[in-house]
Amino acid sequence: MTVLTPANPKTAEKIAVGREAVLSVAHLTMRFGGLTAVNDLSFEAKAGDITALIGPNGAGKTTVFNCITGFYKPTEGMLRLAHADGTVHLLERLPNFAVNRTARVARTFQNIRLFPGMTVLENLLVAQHKPLMRASGFTVLGLLGLAGYRSAERAAIEKAKAWLDRIGLMERADDPAGALPYGAQRRLEIARAMCTDPVLLCLDEPAAGLNPRESAELNALLRHIRDAHDTSVLLIEHDMSVVMQISDHVVVLDYGCKIADGTPDEIRSDPKVIAAYLGVEDEEVERVEAEVGIGHGEAGA
Amino acid sequence: MADARTPGLPDILRDAGLYALVAFGLCIPIIAYRTDAGPTGLELTPRWKLVAAFCAAIFALRVVQRLILARRDARRALTPSPAQATEAVQGEPDAGQRVSKLGLYAFLGVALTLPVIATTASGGLGPARYWIDLGILILTYVMLGWGLNIVVGLAGLLDLGYVAFYAVGAYCYALLSTTFGLSFWICLPLAGLFAAAWGMVLGFPVLRLRGDYLAIVTLAFGEIIRLVLINWTDLTGGAAGISSIPRATFFGIPFTADETGFAARFGLEFDSMHRVVFLYYLILGLALLTNLATLRLRRMPIGRAWEALREDEIACRSLGIDTTTTKLTAFALGAAFAGFAGSFFSVRQGFISPESFTFLESAIILAIVVLGGMGSQVGVAIAAVAMVGGPELLRNLGFLSAVFGEGFDPNEYRLLLFGLAMVAMMVWRPRGLISVRVPSVSLGERRAISGAHVSEGHG
Amino acid sequence: MSVAGINVLVEETRARQAAAAAPLLAVRDVSTYYGSVAALRGVDLDVGEGEIVTLIGANGAGKSTLMMTIFGAPQARTGSILYAGQDITRLPTHAIARLGLAQSPEGRRVFPRMSVFENLQMGASLHGGRYFAEDLERVCTLFPRLKERLQQRAGTMSGGEQQMLAIGRALMSRPRLLLLDEPSLGLAPLVVKGIFDAIRDLNRRDGMTIFLVEQNAYHALKLAHRGYVLVNGRVTMSGTGRQLLDDPAVKSAYLEGGHGAAAGA
Repeated sequence: MTVLTPANPKTAEKIAVGREAVLSVAHLTMRFGGLTAVNDLSFEAKAGDITALIGPNGAGKTTVFNCITGFYKPTEGMLRLAHADGTVHLLERLPNFAVNRTARVARTFQNIRLFPGMTVLENLLVAQHKPLMRASGFTVLGLLGLAGYRSAERAAIEKAKAWLDRIGLMERADDPAGALPYGAQRRLEIARAMCTDPVLLCLDEPAAGLNPRESAELNALLRHIRDAHDTSVLLIEHDMSVVMQISDHVVVLDYGCKIADGTPDEIRSDPKVIAAYLGVEDEEVERVEAEVGIGHGEAGA
Repeated sequence: MADARTPGLPDILRDAGLYALVAFGLCIPIIAYRTDAGPTGLELTPRWKLVAAFCAAIFALRVVQRLILARRDARRALTPSPAQATEAVQGEPDAGQRVSKLGLYAFLGVALTLPVIATTASGGLGPARYWIDLGILILTYVMLGWGLNIVVGLAGLLDLGYVAFYAVGAYCYALLSTTFGLSFWICLPLAGLFAAAWGMVLGFPVLRLRGDYLAIVTLAFGEIIRLVLINWTDLTGGAAGISSIPRATFFGIPFTADETGFAARFGLEFDSMHRVVFLYYLILGLALLTNLATLRLRRMPIGRAWEALREDEIACRSLGIDTTTTKLTAFALGAAFAGFAGSFFSVRQGFISPESFTFLESAIILAIVVLGGMGSQVGVAIAAVAMVGGPELLRNLGFLSAVFGEGFDPNEYRLLLFGLAMVAMMVWRPRGLISVRVPSVSLGERRAISGAHVSEGHG
Repeated sequence: MSVAGINVLVEETRARQAAAAAPLLAVRDVSTYYGSVAALRGVDLDVGEGEIVTLIGANGAGKSTLMMTIFGAPQARTGSILYAGQDITRLPTHAIARLGLAQSPEGRRVFPRMSVFENLQMGASLHGGRYFAEDLERVCTLFPRLKERLQQRAGTMSGGEQQMLAIGRALMSRPRLLLLDEPSLGLAPLVVKGIFDAIRDLNRRDGMTIFLVEQNAYHALKLAHRGYVLVNGRVTMSGTGRQLLDDPAVKSAYLEGGHGAAAGA
């Protein structure tokens, strides 16, 4: 694990070998009063990877997300985000809307936060606020009905349509987001985050409440995001069929500290992770699984 | 199992008995004894029969109410609104909610031709004055309602001190025209800018507040402005206000009887009503401008950001929307329209004083927005007609004095009726007259969104 | 025959017996509407005394609506719901809760500004706290995490911890029939196992009847005596947990990770 010196990001860039880290978390600590939610956490998410953050409930995973996305100011530590062109953003110094606007980190929420009274299409257009705002001359020119804004809006709608097509919600583009079924809301929230053209997409339990089939669709969507867009993915998830199948790298947290860090296979067999998080499959379960011919955690298939 | 459906009769009787007991307790100090000044001091006249009648009436009313409510609750429980759905059920999406434009056209048609209608109906410009004045009053409130709608209806920020910006606009015109002799047409945009600046001033400190706290601070702001106007006597003339504010001119041509006046220039016979009709169309134009701007803004990224802010502020920030500037623009724009309306108010009245900018005005404007259906332009217009025009109707209900006896002035019960109407509205249409939201953009046919899904904002 | 096989047989027999006697909860031809949209269309379902019954189905099939309808919010527009022989279709929710039904609703719904301890007290209020100490001990054994956080405000806990609290609170009322809506949602694998074990224990040891809605259909069906499949507000299939697990249609729709679907997408 390369630890970056906060004072000199340039040296840090030299240290990084092979694929660059899109996000480097160094010595992150977050305290709420007397409670230390995250304690001296360091890890890296490589560009083009899907990195999973797992751990028991209350281990501080969402707190890490909130620090990365600017909703919390970390007590200590450095969060360094590198773009492909070499620009570096120190996330802990940005006001929280700028984490998305300038550093281009997008996120979803554990308890879905859509704009329920706006249509599916509108949800995706709100996400394109920044380019549209610029095209509308910060509202002034757009009010006069200039052509520049209209073509920008058309382009934004086209982009939204492409995502609607991808997540299979084209039919429901004009329905309020609040009327969508749960699984569709999850997908829409991801598409909305992707409409901000993020470098890093942070997903907080995207598979919670999805059935196995929907989880599989989610896997396909996330793979598409990783492969077809310049977006790296960081996700928190408890559904091992998602974590083990699609992540390139797994970081395990317990009581705010990192207890393991490695590939899915390494993590699966790590005794510490099994003790704190995964648990042992009891024999009966495995035997019945074999009989029925399906697997619960049949990862890496 | 009909017993399970309705609460048992013993239950209802016990409950009603309790009500009667409370009524009895309240009656003892208030009704039970009448005090008369007798020769030996106060004389008490017991009125136990009256007390008994009161308690019996309360008992009976409560029983009736419970029976009606029980039936209604049972019916309601059977047909919960889609908003109560615990999951998005796979049914037909809300169909058939076509956007009705009929209301808008009807409103526009009547508004544009009101002077003509009033003149023909009452047989001359002079007698039509009452109706045109009423039209001006209503349109002022329509404009204020539409302006506040940006802040409350779109951005979801509860503003109880809106009248402060109205006052800023009014005093802006009054002071600029009386001291510097600036014309109305120069002062109008200045008043808007000034009010917008004050909107920002209010906006900054309250940005972090939400809900009740925001409402209280905006309320306080409204009162501060009014108190400053009363106490800064050197500038504002204090409670006496500012009088002889220059009248509106027809783009520089005054409405006077002499030969440079409007009537002479256009070869008309002089009539003081020309000015009133001009003012009517002026406020109509201003109101429509407010409407047009709001409708345009809703389709712009800033308008969508306002609505998104109302729906979920945290999600907004996660999408890179600077909620601070977004809220400030909402405050500033809403305030600017109040500023325009304010300067119109002072050019029409020719006299202004802090009396005109009390909290009640803010409350009425807010009530218009809430009754109309937050975010709905047509709803606000209808509500303004009802709220401002309604009390005027009361003046004409002469027959009521035949019922309630001589000396009964229905106008005195204005606020009481007002309150009752509000309560009734909140019971029957808790989301306002027009509770659907029209999406700002759509791929297919534009369908309104049921108010059940739309948030009302939390501050 | 293996021990597990015998267990399955025993469970099946028990299920048959339970179904023969009057069920503890009987849902008869229930339809529920939101506005004009039908969420449930003529659902029939039995939960026998001492059974674990699982309801599976896709998102939006009406599973949560059925849970809520049993609890009277919303009420069924047609049909009837009988609990221990009593018609509870038109009873208000609080009256239903007093009859010994408890629910861990979807979306957690803990009291966010009250401490964990106070939340659990609220759950125990039905019995005036008579068994409080004992039940608290049980919940704390089940969720050691809650024990660590008894004095913390519930709203400041993580999502998974709130889920534990919601289940714990439901248990505190010592229900005769426990309704669980997606108890495994957002919980770590180890905790999920703990919860399923606990459900089994509550059922076997304390004889608690449990009606379970789960996305984690495989585990839920394995645990259950009987199961129902809900599709678009209708029960399309029912049987013992084992029968459903072996059913090819159920397997492809609800159990498999859908590799075919993944490849096709």
